[in-house]
Amino acid sequence: MAGKQMEMTGAEMVLQALKDNGVEHIFGYPGGAVLPIYDELHQQEDVEHILVRHEQGAGHMAEGYARSTGKPGVVLVTSGPGATNVVTALQDALMDSIPIVCLSGQVPTSLIGSDAFQECDTVGITRPCTKHNWLVKDVNQLSRIIHEAFRIATTGRPGPVVVDIPKDVQFATGIYTPPSPVIEQKSYQPKVSGDLDKIRAAIELMATAKRPIIYSGGGVINSGREASQLLRELVELTGFPITSTLMGLGAYPASGKNWMGMLGMHGTYEANMAMHDCDVMVCIGARFDDRITGRLDAFSPNSKKIHIDIDPSSINKIVRTDIGILGDVGHVLEDMVRLWRASKKTDRSQLADWWTRIANWKTRNSLAYSSNPDVIMPQYAIQRLYELTKDRDTFITTEVGQHQMWAAQFYGFEEPNRWMTSGGLGTMGYGFPAAIGVQVAHRDSLVIDIAGDASIQMCIQEMSCAVQYELPVKIFILNNQYMGMVRQWQQLLHGNRLSHSYTESMPDFVKLAEAYGATGIRCDKPADLDDAIMKMIDTKGPVIFDCRVAALANCFPMIPSGKAHNDMLLPDEASDEAVANAIDAKGRALV
Amino acid sequence: MNAQHQPTGSAYFMTAETARPETHTLSVLVDNEPGVLARVIGLFSGRGYNIESLTVSETEHEAHLSRITIVTTARPNVLEQIKSQLERIVPVHRVVDLTVRSAELGHDKPLERELALVKVTGTGDNRVEALRLADAFRAQVIDANTEHFIFEITGRVSKIEQFISIMRPLGLVEICRTGIAAMNRGPQGM
Repeated sequence: MAGKQMEMTGAEMVLQALKDNGVEHIFGYPGGAVLPIYDELHQQEDVEHILVRHEQGAGHMAEGYARSTGKPGVVLVTSGPGATNVVTALQDALMDSIPIVCLSGQVPTSLIGSDAFQECDTVGITRPCTKHNWLVKDVNQLSRIIHEAFRIATTGRPGPVVVDIPKDVQFATGIYTPPSPVIEQKSYQPKVSGDLDKIRAAIELMATAKRPIIYSGGGVINSGREASQLLRELVELTGFPITSTLMGLGAYPASGKNWMGMLGMHGTYEANMAMHDCDVMVCIGARFDDRITGRLDAFSPNSKKIHIDIDPSSINKIVRTDIGILGDVGHVLEDMVRLWRASKKTDRSQLADWWTRIANWKTRNSLAYSSNPDVIMPQYAIQRLYELTKDRDTFITTEVGQHQMWAAQFYGFEEPNRWMTSGGLGTMGYGFPAAIGVQVAHRDSLVIDIAGDASIQMCIQEMSCAVQYELPVKIFILNNQYMGMVRQWQQLLHGNRLSHSYTESMPDFVKLAEAYGATGIRCDKPADLDDAIMKMIDTKGPVIFDCRVAALANCFPMIPSGKAHNDMLLPDEASDEAVANAIDAKGRALV
Repeated sequence: MNAQHQPTGSAYFMTAETARPETHTLSVLVDNEPGVLARVIGLFSGRGYNIESLTVSETEHEAHLSRITIVTTARPNVLEQIKSQLERIVPVHRVVDLTVRSAELGHDKPLERELALVKVTGTGDNRVEALRLADAFRAQVIDANTEHFIFEITGRVSKIEQFISIMRPLGLVEICRTGIAAMNRGPQGM
């Protein structure tokens, strides 16, 4: 045992364990089954509690907090509805590999299974949407389990965990054990360093490449700032072009000379064409998600593939890889950079033809849109927001939909941990609470939630939380009165029959902000946009910015369902007819 | 639970599946703690894998370890996924594909045995015939009165299947089977 053993109640243990694991902030909502823990919270000052307005908000706040700091986010909810409300955020964190420790209250052990008031089978419900979960029935196991929960959430491929604590266990007295540096657990041993022989083989393969590409993902961000630095070094040493998934934006700077833009369904033409035509693909901390690969049997048909991932089940899951390296991205990149430095002199002329082809694809200008002097184009709004905030200490979160893709396309990220978005699960309502979580960790930074008019209404109640804790989060709504991405797909798939994707009754967002005690700003003229954005930035408290944009703009380029990377729908070709016929009968069944 | 036999509905899985499904027997060593079986079964149902047979019991009482034996049928790439996904479950210590392991050891396939209890009722010729056949199959009578027998039979799955189908017309009323217990030949441990 590392430290002193102490006798205390279960509720005291929870607070002690949080402190011992370095927790400074938790997001939660009280209720009957967690009252003993809330009573302890009340009697201390080390851990700051942020009172949310809905448990889903607590989960997303913890995600934003975790993603922007690299530390685990902690959530405290009550039994029954408290636990079920946080499920969406847990699944979101599972799919995007975000470390979350969720503590939930449970009815007393004597009542478990009796359909008691506010009882639900929390471990049963959260089993498939957590990395691991526990029901603590013995107060003497509580501290060990909480320490283990932090270890499992933050090591290996990070993810959410749930510790379900019955009320009688919170009241019971037992022995507290501090975190031990010696790990007793035998079954869970994530592998950190990669196999050197495989890394050498990868280096050999990369050195022979004539048309290489690096495809990096959220794993680089999760691995820590060092990993992003090593990725930049590897790109510099090899001279390879680099693209990234939605989750990986910022690991390599958008201003870097080898940057190709995001790849995938709404990625750039050059990134997708290069993925399709490459001869060596180096996938670093990404998982060949279906938004990335497009049609699988036509995915990068002539390339050798190297895949670095900490999760063995990610390797060879979707795409057969030639060299699969199991390990933490940061460790593997360190070896790669060292070995490349020691042995390889990059022959840049070998890549000259490839870079010429890439330059050619870039001239296709796949993110082009027609500007309009009278109506704000959504792409233009993001561009102006970027220009006016890029030199500040800025964090961006998003909701889910067209605005999310435009943000990914038009906002340039220079550093990791600056971009928080719901990639895997695609959770509308994620962005605003996530922004609050970011702001809690970075009080003096500029935190902006780029939102859509539909998404923002899914967790708007947290405005009350932002006002209460004086968290000056800015919500920048691209308001087109539609669920834009739903409408875009209805245009693509369903003969432009816009079934329930138009919001007939929209709140007055300016008045809504004022009702919460925040500031509302509206802008509908391109000429006024810069001043309005500056006003938003200069406002001390939270702001809802209602940016009225072109209602029918769509998000291009796009790889329609069932199509390959080299079969993109580009903005200048996307006539109404091309859109209506882009997806054939076979592609229609796909999501 | 045979989603892998169809296009997955999700996204872009339009690739032609060419490899044939194979039946493999997996041994999974897990901490014997509440919910561990639910985690394993939930993984199979949640990801659309098959379970053809499942056996579980604590095998090391001191260490609280249970051994789960699962027979599953899937294409080779899905089998790899099943193993990797099982290894991701926190209380899982080891996953051994006995079918692959037996090939490595130079054997045809792992030793697999199942136990079944079979209740047969009847009188006259059928009763005599049931007893005669049970004797031929080396099934033991573990309970009987003038109207019924309960047979206990142990052996390969095919033998048990055959015994049951023979007993069916002779007055079979109840069957209980354990599922497969499996292990590889030779001196090596799991």
